[in-house]
Amino acid sequence: MTPAIELRATRRAFGSVVALDSVSLTIAPGEFFALLGPSGSGKTTCLRLIAGFDQPDSGAILLDGADVTNTPPFARNVNTVFQDYALFPHMTVAENVAYGLRVRGIARAERARQAGDMLDLVRLGEFGARRPHQLSGGQRQRVALARALINRPQVLLLDEPLGALDLKLREEMQVELKGLQQRLGITFVFVTHDQGEALSMADRVAVFSQGRIEQLDTPRELYNRPQTAFVASFVGSANVVERAAAQKLTGQDRAFAIRPELIDLLAAGEPAADGYVQCAGEIVDVLYHGASSRLRVQVDERTTLAVARSESAGGGVQGFTTGSRVRLAWRPGHAVPLRD
Amino acid sequence: MAGRAEFSLQGRQAFYFALLLAPPLLWLGIVYLGSLLTLLLQSFYAIDEFTARIVPEFTLATYRQLLTQPAHIDIIVRTLLMAVAVTLTAAVIAFPVALYMARYAGPRTKALFYVGVMLPMWTSYLVKVYAWRLILARQGIASWGFEHLGLMGALDQALAVPVVGGPSLASSYIGMFIVFVYMWLPFMILPLAAALERVPASLLQASADLGARPGQTFRNVVLPLALPGLAAGSIFTFSLTLGDYIIPSVVGAPGYFIGMMVYQQQGTAGNLPLAAAFSVVPIVLIGLYLMLAKRLGAFDAL
Repeated sequence: MTPAIELRATRRAFGSVVALDSVSLTIAPGEFFALLGPSGSGKTTCLRLIAGFDQPDSGAILLDGADVTNTPPFARNVNTVFQDYALFPHMTVAENVAYGLRVRGIARAERARQAGDMLDLVRLGEFGARRPHQLSGGQRQRVALARALINRPQVLLLDEPLGALDLKLREEMQVELKGLQQRLGITFVFVTHDQGEALSMADRVAVFSQGRIEQLDTPRELYNRPQTAFVASFVGSANVVERAAAQKLTGQDRAFAIRPELIDLLAAGEPAADGYVQCAGEIVDVLYHGASSRLRVQVDERTTLAVARSESAGGGVQGFTTGSRVRLAWRPGHAVPLRD
Repeated sequence: MAGRAEFSLQGRQAFYFALLLAPPLLWLGIVYLGSLLTLLLQSFYAIDEFTARIVPEFTLATYRQLLTQPAHIDIIVRTLLMAVAVTLTAAVIAFPVALYMARYAGPRTKALFYVGVMLPMWTSYLVKVYAWRLILARQGIASWGFEHLGLMGALDQALAVPVVGGPSLASSYIGMFIVFVYMWLPFMILPLAAALERVPASLLQASADLGARPGQTFRNVVLPLALPGLAAGSIFTFSLTLGDYIIPSVVGAPGYFIGMMVYQQQGTAGNLPLAAAFSVVPIVLIGLYLMLAKRLGAFDAL
């Protein structure tokens, strides 16, 4: 099957800063794909190149098998939901949504009908006559979505689509976006710095760091099998144990990652389960989070491990106070070896 | 309620507030609006034809005189047409310049452009007007240039056009028009550039993203969002042209303009009421212009 999007060794530098360093990537039709990374990692540059707002210095971009590297944005069958929504302030909501049809010369009545349908799809049917500034953030975001979808693009690009929304609205929109993507069956590519968002919505995630893709995988693989220290700490907030410390703890000369909730916390004299890796340490601090608590335990002078302890399952953290000596243990299979 | 409490002023605070506000209010109220009202009032008096003294009684005689004498109507129409022509031309010339300054120029080029646009305003207005008279004179640089470019025929043809032509550029309406456009161009460029700079780049990208070609983006997004700047700039060029009396008296054909009429009526002719009535004309015209601009949606994007 022809990929919906293909990037071939795409490179883009701004002066001496390399924003995207020879990135190759294929995205299948109908996929919900996330570009995840901290700011400055190249994920937004990647999106802008796909949209056509920017051209790569070298490499090629293909949409549905056709080379569009030098095709201007208006000639690409791709639409974008902008981070600031970029709604036209001098047009009504309905005019905003119908804009893509208007520039294609569709008749006024037909435009109005389709814009109405689109607004119904995002549950804003009654807001067509308003101006964008009269809407809330969440409503504006849905208008931006309706506007981008009216041209029935092959690919919808979303730049930090939920970044400006508050937590509750963000969760609602996650569900809504996912549902919309499944109903329409078009390829969604979205940029985010929020790993939770990427994991919960995407079919596959490309984790960016310093202009390169660190790892490209399904959310489950990324979380359970991070390949690099960066992915382990950025995606799962896992503990990353450096090579030197790892050798002391496990005897193996390879860095590994271990997630806080997979570490058992034992009182100083308590025995660990058979075959578990063990070490001793001192509690640096204890943070209570309600459903769970999070402790940091210093196991040698350069390594501190975070340990999560569920309130319901393993009991609370009573008796574990800052400064007390404890033992940590984990199943060897839970430690994920990392690439250098 | 909490928000309102912050703004309610009491006692001492209110006193200081009033103290701070008094000078600007006095200035605006007395020096500015007060003198304008006196001027308006004057236009409702009339002059005694025999004694040439102002009769301080309410009458519409002066306005009747203003609006019934064909010579006066000529002056108003002439000034209005010039103001419209100057405004349209300035807008057409200023738009690409402002667009380049606001959207395409790098920081250094942009600074250079701003200085370039404002530099002429730092020179004396009179010097520039008289310089233009020399430039446009029969043996001036302009005709020298036309001659060496082999375009003397075109210049002669332009000057042969009835009404706007004349014996030389310096003594024709064409020359006057050129000087007006030159003088007021910065007043059009600056507000336009400011308006264009406020248009977020993402709006232009969104337009392109939705399939608009560059020309469509310009018509549908850039132009409507630049309208407030265009309106502000055109108010400058329009009102400055309506009120000016120096340019028409130094450069151009001998026909009178509103500003010259005001100058003459309040000076040599000593007809203060008629001068006042004439100066009300630009106020009314600009008021009508603003209403029209608002009707056309020029301020919708504000």
